[in-house]
Amino acid sequence: MNWARYLLPLLLLALWQVLSSLKAIPVHLLPSPFAILLGFRDLMLTGMPPGYRLPYHALYSLYRVAWGFLAAALLGIPLGLLMGWSDRLRDLTTPIIELIRPIPPLAWIPIAILWFGIGMKSAAFIIFLGAFFPILLNTISGVLSINPLFFEVAQTLNAKKRDVFFKVLIPGSLPSIFVGMRIGVGIGWMTLVAAEFTGVKTGYGLGYMIMTARDIQRPDEILAGMLVIGLIGILINTALKACESRIIRWNA
Amino acid sequence: MTLDVSGLTKHFSQEKDGSPLSVLDSIHFRVQEGQFVSIVGPSGCGKTTLLRIIAGLENPSAGQVLLDGREISPDRGQIGLVFQDYALFPWRTTLQNIEIGLEMMKVPKKRRRSAAMDYVRSFGLTGFEHAYPKALSGGMKQRVAIARTLITNPKVVLMDEPFGSLDSQTRNELQQFLLNLWEEHRKTILFVTHNVDEAVFLSDHIVVLSKRPARILKTAPVTCARPRDRTSSECNAVRREVLNTLKHARLA
Repeated sequence: MNWARYLLPLLLLALWQVLSSLKAIPVHLLPSPFAILLGFRDLMLTGMPPGYRLPYHALYSLYRVAWGFLAAALLGIPLGLLMGWSDRLRDLTTPIIELIRPIPPLAWIPIAILWFGIGMKSAAFIIFLGAFFPILLNTISGVLSINPLFFEVAQTLNAKKRDVFFKVLIPGSLPSIFVGMRIGVGIGWMTLVAAEFTGVKTGYGLGYMIMTARDIQRPDEILAGMLVIGLIGILINTALKACESRIIRWNA
Repeated sequence: MTLDVSGLTKHFSQEKDGSPLSVLDSIHFRVQEGQFVSIVGPSGCGKTTLLRIIAGLENPSAGQVLLDGREISPDRGQIGLVFQDYALFPWRTTLQNIEIGLEMMKVPKKRRRSAAMDYVRSFGLTGFEHAYPKALSGGMKQRVAIARTLITNPKVVLMDEPFGSLDSQTRNELQQFLLNLWEEHRKTILFVTHNVDEAVFLSDHIVVLSKRPARILKTAPVTCARPRDRTSSECNAVRREVLNTLKHARLA
């Protein structure tokens, strides 16, 4: 029955192609699946703008996301652990966090450009903002969701504070930290394109590539680029899930 | 090591109106070195609170707990506690759960591994040393929990209804197992249960508590000779005595 899952998408794809061939869909707005495939080929071989080929765009985008995500994890996880650990710190910092959190990452673009100029740093900063809060908040809730019994067991086994932190707090919140990282990298990847729309004016980046394709009226390449972004998003999520199930064996 | 509980009183302030809720009312008893003493009482009478105070997880409102006439220092590993719901760390394997107390005591890895392996063998856990708690049966989990407590060599072992959630056959098995263990090592054990049969089968003395606020109704010596036959007339006599005490208290 596994093939049945692919039946509906394939039927829709075929329908789309037929309607396009019959000129029932305006191809300058929505190119046919086949045209998108050709657009993908052009992106791979010729590049957009010419000479700037798709794999390099993707690598540059990944590079920016990697930096933004890494910074978000390196800051968000320890901070989240400490905020979950200490009621005082949590009370102290929650108002600030609640104030900043609702600001969409994209609303930071103007100030990011002012601070970091146009380019890699700005884009990475926007991605950092997108990834930071899901990581932080999930880490905090991970700590708070640890069964209080485990802290008492540790206490009866004469755990020092350090032991509790490393042997109870961190492993206990790890599943939730991974959820935060997956949401964070997902949002980071989604903000990437917008960050590159405005934050990158020359060179490489999937967002930049798509905007250039729009400038010269290539909807086939726009859609091919969008699909690539979606596919890479799936790949990142799958990779993180694989990491997760290797590290968190006890949940399997 | 003699454990003295003297004048132990505990009241909580109730959440809704802050009025005091009395849980323990001047509890007074002594456990001699190497003795097996059980505490029985109706459920919700404060048995667990009593153990938690002795284990240092809670402070009494009045009274004290002395070990050989001296106050228990909370960081010396003098008191071990086996929890009701096993409370094994789900992110640790059998071996890692058993050895965690030695990790806290900074015992070198090789030595704690071999000590934990000794417990794995003598506790019938061979073949499951690298399994996570999720994969263990209730009886095995409780044996791991007991091993985790005993490996740190506490002077007094407290057990909070350790067999409460096991089926009756496993329960009998583990009672025998615990008895063999105790006869071999002569640990001082304070065992909380609501099961009178269990208390009679295992202990030297039974402390009978009233319903909340818990007072001591009776301290009954279990005179029948070991090894005990659960159905012998001496055991039955003790059982009758304890059950009658509980019944009178209920009707009073």
